[in-house]
Amino acid sequence: MDLDASEKFPKLRLGDIVYLTGKVYTMRDKAIKRSLSEEAPCGKRTVVYHCGPLVRKIGGAWEVLSAGPTTSSRMNNNTPAFVWKYEPKAIIGKGGMNKESYEAMEENDCIYLLFTGGCGALAASKVKRVVSVDWLELGTAEAVWQLEFEKFGPLVVAATGGKFFRQ
Amino acid sequence: MFEREAFELVRKSVTVLPRDVEKAIRKAAEKEKGTAKVQMECILENIRIAKQKNIPLCQDTGWPIFFIFGKKMPGIDFESVVRKATKEAVIRPNMVDPLTRENTGDNTGTDAPFVNFVHCDTGYTDVWYMPKGGGGENMSMVAMLNPLDGWGRIKEFALETVRLAGGKACPPVIIGLGIGGTIDHCALLAKKALLRRIDRPNKRERELLKEINALGIGPMGVGGKTTCLGVNMETAATHTGALPVAVNIQCWCARRAGMRIKGGEVRWI
Repeated sequence: MDLDASEKFPKLRLGDIVYLTGKVYTMRDKAIKRSLSEEAPCGKRTVVYHCGPLVRKIGGAWEVLSAGPTTSSRMNNNTPAFVWKYEPKAIIGKGGMNKESYEAMEENDCIYLLFTGGCGALAASKVKRVVSVDWLELGTAEAVWQLEFEKFGPLVVAATGGKFFRQ
Repeated sequence: MFEREAFELVRKSVTVLPRDVEKAIRKAAEKEKGTAKVQMECILENIRIAKQKNIPLCQDTGWPIFFIFGKKMPGIDFESVVRKATKEAVIRPNMVDPLTRENTGDNTGTDAPFVNFVHCDTGYTDVWYMPKGGGGENMSMVAMLNPLDGWGRIKEFALETVRLAGGKACPPVIIGLGIGGTIDHCALLAKKALLRRIDRPNKRERELLKEINALGIGPMGVGGKTTCLGVNMETAATHTGALPVAVNIQCWCARRAGMRIKGGEVRWI
């Protein structure tokens, strides 16, 4: 199933496999924490991706070389507050999150999607372009990258409507 | 000296998986169904793309770790090698001060890159690079067990470590098991064990591998037949009143590359 990041998502079931096209914001440890006290570049109702990409600057333009997911559970403590503040449509990551995070997501119409860990090259091959980067002072791995994806997947629906995979 | 070759070693390690690991992944993929199979096929596709485009398999190129086996250090400027590799985006800038969390920007830092010298009476020097990812290392454990408990308890500790990791260490994993030594030597044994190929297990390694797979955690923790691709064990003499055990978890993306310096010539091993 194809999903458009800029449109409202259809109702999905646990285990569904989707491919996402559109803009995604990479946010991990430092950015998620900082977003609680400062206005985050992702804004509301967007797709957040737990990822620290490997990037390269060529002639002033950024290129993503590898962009697989990082372990989502490290962000467990800050996720409920993050979800209530920014109401993301989806969080993409790996390894799953905790009950409190899933509960906050359910209350805010947010799903959790898995992308296969370690598949950085595959993910990078689906990046159409780097739209922008913010908070670069956090380092390239922890900065907020706005990436435009074309059929990013396979993404597995791992939490939706109160149900979730135990990982 | 040999900085150019060491740089190529680093690049090779992050873009191409060792043959024994790829073979084990392919074999495991055949056995899975459903969501587990989707994960394995994703991994195989990733391996193909990384090789084809000469880009890092996984964006987390981990801790920069070298292992040197020989009579003496080869006189390679390891810091300059990782600096160049970071600058050219072969490896991601990962090293930070542990307290301030400030990124050094070039994978150097106090004690980084981590160079482990193992003295061996050989007529050559082997240089290995292991970009160890954060996921697996973060779920690894060391414990000082009761020496009277023996192999059964060691297996129990290993199983518990893998069970707690669940999907976070990107299974199917490889286990480096260190037994003996001191608390720190034990952890080094477990890491050193990950340099060896995984397709020649001994009886105990085979036994533990079977028991880990029986946990059913599966690829990425979605449930399945293969949770572990291999177990490598290393032992060392230890104190009569101690049983140090280390379980080092390596994710499926088990990256390692080695080169042999002999008579001024270098070849891949």
